[in-house]
Amino acid sequence: MTSHHHTVRFNINGQECSAQVPPMKRLLDVLREDLHLTGTKEGCGEGECGSCSVRINCELVNSCLVPVLQASGANIQTVEGLANSGTLHPLQQAFLDCGGAQCGICTPGMLMAASQLLSINPHPTMAEIREGLAGNLCRCTGFMRIFESVIAATANGAPRPGNQASHAR
Amino acid sequence: MRGDPHAHELIAPGSLVAVLDLLASVPGEWTPIAGGTELMVSHAAGRLTATRLVSLWGLTELCFIRATNDALSIGAGATFKDLRADEHIASHLPLLAKASSWIGSIANQSRATIGGNLVNGSPAADSSPALLVYDAELELVSARATRRIPYADFHTGYKRNAMAPDELVYAVHIPLRFASHRQYLRKVGTRRAMAISKVALAAVALVEDNVLREIRLAAASLAAFPARLYQTESALLGRQINPHTIELAFEALLEEAKPIDDIRSTAEYRKRVARNLLAEFLTELKSEVAPK
Repeated sequence: MTSHHHTVRFNINGQECSAQVPPMKRLLDVLREDLHLTGTKEGCGEGECGSCSVRINCELVNSCLVPVLQASGANIQTVEGLANSGTLHPLQQAFLDCGGAQCGICTPGMLMAASQLLSINPHPTMAEIREGLAGNLCRCTGFMRIFESVIAATANGAPRPGNQASHAR
Repeated sequence: MRGDPHAHELIAPGSLVAVLDLLASVPGEWTPIAGGTELMVSHAAGRLTATRLVSLWGLTELCFIRATNDALSIGAGATFKDLRADEHIASHLPLLAKASSWIGSIANQSRATIGGNLVNGSPAADSSPALLVYDAELELVSARATRRIPYADFHTGYKRNAMAPDELVYAVHIPLRFASHRQYLRKVGTRRAMAISKVALAAVALVEDNVLREIRLAAASLAAFPARLYQTESALLGRQINPHTIELAFEALLEEAKPIDDIRSTAEYRKRVARNLLAEFLTELKSEVAPK
């Protein structure tokens, strides 16, 4: 059986756009292939690695697991939407400054997960940072430089003291 | 082989009534998909056999968490993020709050629904042991009727359940009567984040005068589906917590646990860990009820 293409409309990084695609096409593939937003990467393709993380209506999701029809009408933010008129987002600058990016495949997802975390919790504890990024795998940095990058981008440039991971989010 | 999006139809009728009518029109023809954290993995790998899918994502009729005096009702479309954020769950159903917090990552929790977790029926399902020991009931809905069944009777075999092809899970109902109970949940996996469990054990118990007046135990990954440990419960119910009782409980557990060898672990390891988890729970109970 062949499915018909479907017009899906959404707002991506502040711009209204649409794509003529099969409704079961993964949001990841629509972003990369149809909208040419190739900042979002595919790692595992099964929701384990977080490379394809984007934000939909202010929620962090793995775009490899979202059929595009379910993103219809949504506000989507990808890594391309972090920088503002050529000025890097504080997280992007911090990743540069602290060596948070090496090969770069995990970086867009790390940035989106970190931006989700800081948007709801501008001053996280170390445990909250670790939990916020637990769904994002990096095989280069050993994670410490990524955590340091996130800390550098927080309001105070230091983690909030304490070991508790939050339960409310 | 990679999945082909052209090989699958997906529609979003937009209301529960419309979805139920569709499911009733040709029972078994349409496969519901909620947050996609399971089916989209199969799809990406080219293993998704369902060709016609109907989206439940965002159906407001299924997205609720409501507390009454003596029960909490969770709509099947509530995500684990919703469950983690709910104050009633945090204060009255701590095992469910805990299980919700370790289901995948933040990005998985924002999409994965409690209904999807139960219908998917993984033997390792994270929310199941807690729901089993809390004596949850499932409310099933179809264009014909609604009905309630104990969650303990829902799974009938590996990835099989008691639902008819035209039914959906509408809600999970959990009695709120565990304030005085001792509660336990522990999952053992490869790493703390993201890992699918090798074994998980949940327990609630009511202890009076060092006697177990009420006990329910449930496990993930000790059988073809998440299940109560009835024999082990029987070995403990009405008895004093002492080394002899604990030994009988171990025997019952090793008798009724039927784990398998798979990519995540071995049957032997799972049995050992299950015994250790039960020991941890019973030892905690014993130390708490011991005379001062």
